[in-house]
Amino acid sequence: MSWFKRKEGPNPLDDSGERTVRTEGLFVKCPGCDQTLFRREIEDNLNVCPKCGHHQRLRGRERLDMTFDDGAWIELDRGLISNDPLGFADTKSYRDRLKDMRIRTGMLDAIVTGEGRVGGLPTVICSMELSFVGGSLGSVVGEKITRAIERCLRTHSSFIIFSASGGARMQEGALSLMQMAKISAALARLDEARLPFISVLTDPTTGGVTASFAMLGDFNIAEPQAQIGFAGPRVIEQTIRQKLPEGFQRSEFLLEHGMLDAVVERKQLRDFIIHSLEFMVGNGKKSG
Amino acid sequence: MNKDEHENTESEEIHRRLRESDRANLTTDPPTMGAWERVKLARHPDRPYTLDYVDMIFEGFEEIHGDRRFADDPAVVTGLAKFHGQPCVVAGHQKGRTTKERQQRNFGMAKPEGYRKALRVMKIAEKFSRPVFTFIDTTGAYPGIDAEERGQAEAIAYNLREMAKLRVPVIVTVTGEGGSGGALALGVGDQILMLENSIYSVISPEGCASILWRDATHAQQAAEALKLTAQDLLQFGLIDTIVPEPEGGAHSDPREMGDVLGAYLSDALAAAAALGDKERVERRYEKFRVMGEFEELSE
Repeated sequence: MSWFKRKEGPNPLDDSGERTVRTEGLFVKCPGCDQTLFRREIEDNLNVCPKCGHHQRLRGRERLDMTFDDGAWIELDRGLISNDPLGFADTKSYRDRLKDMRIRTGMLDAIVTGEGRVGGLPTVICSMELSFVGGSLGSVVGEKITRAIERCLRTHSSFIIFSASGGARMQEGALSLMQMAKISAALARLDEARLPFISVLTDPTTGGVTASFAMLGDFNIAEPQAQIGFAGPRVIEQTIRQKLPEGFQRSEFLLEHGMLDAVVERKQLRDFIIHSLEFMVGNGKKSG
Repeated sequence: MNKDEHENTESEEIHRRLRESDRANLTTDPPTMGAWERVKLARHPDRPYTLDYVDMIFEGFEEIHGDRRFADDPAVVTGLAKFHGQPCVVAGHQKGRTTKERQQRNFGMAKPEGYRKALRVMKIAEKFSRPVFTFIDTTGAYPGIDAEERGQAEAIAYNLREMAKLRVPVIVTVTGEGGSGGALALGVGDQILMLENSIYSVISPEGCASILWRDATHAQQAAEALKLTAQDLLQFGLIDTIVPEPEGGAHSDPREMGDVLGAYLSDALAAAAALGDKERVERRYEKFRVMGEFEELSE
């Protein structure tokens, strides 16, 4: 018999428990190097760890703020919402899942579209929201990207997508799958109109998103250490029945195999984008 | 392009007979079969595969191999053929029949070189103004290290974009399993047909169950929830035509199945070939452009 009885319920100091509460405070722990850092210090560094260079995941909107000139942009097509066409339910109904996601993320679906200028050039940017049903591609995301591309065609603007997604959205079945074809067909038009498309793959970009628009940029670039691939690591391990090599499906792995044009650190990302836009459509004149 | 099928009285007769039974079976009767039964039929080991249809429907098939980049992928077959005497190109997934052939063809799961080969041959068709027939029957694109290394995602993505632009008629038929992106990579066309007991899905029922139910044994439930039957896809406006199968499924009478599909392909080609190149590409864009279901709130 012990003298002091442990109180029931989880120990607030238990190391293995949820850490999200602590990140609300003054300090954060970098998931890359486990060092404890000032929250401000990492935020001022575009959410990249100043110690180890780990790129933390960003919200969709933060990408637009970071990329547009003076952080100025106006949102397009904000009112699109899913109407649960399949009446899908697994352990939870898709409708309830969507409701929760809207409250939790403050967004209506997994993407935000903005229009503004980048390096002075008219640009439309779509940025995916990983926290909304895994950033999955369903009818709303497909429609918003397609509208963004069509807007670029009308206004002769450049197009940028920041991808962050687990792939096509299962809860909308084949309708999600067909968004891959729909967006790719629109990108074919953008390509024929010789308007720029820069695809930025961020952690993670997998499945049907990689197998459609994310790989169709004039330039496909990625942030360091982002997970990028078609099949999920677990699926591959089950298929080949062996462990995957270290660094498999990371940006650097894709770069080595010729699947990316560049791996660009977040700090240099805007400059890289501006330089490539200037190459493609700068100075107003194109030959031919 | 001339409509040779009208010279062929036999196929015309089959066509009429089936169109009548089609109307009786598919349009008025509610679907009596569950999604899981369809999944089982779509995967039936005796189900006719692409080369069976090529043999039954086309003449003078000459197989074309390789992507001229890396390898020849036996999970995808492509070649030159004639359809009612007219030169055309055929590309489709190919599952094996025997254990040895199944392994050799990687169970119909294509690698990047398979998709690149298919597109290469489709571009030859475009160059010489010949129609393209594709046949979809795959569990999915191969999920392996080598496929990832060689750009499985890029190969699929590139096919989606380039097929949208092809200036020749593209007739797509889902004959068995339409497994996700690996299926769609051969699936962008002017006319999209599904055999009555084929399926077309964003993910396999097993994959969906293991992610959303955290248990692959819920595959039957997932199959129902995913709405992956030909009837479902027609209802969502994602395909054009359901091709009726013989009683018991395509494998119970492959010869009859071949005749039926041949007649439907005639119709599909006639519809696509009736348009000028520019208009056809425009309509193909519109076909995919309207896919999707959502609501728009007013600002």
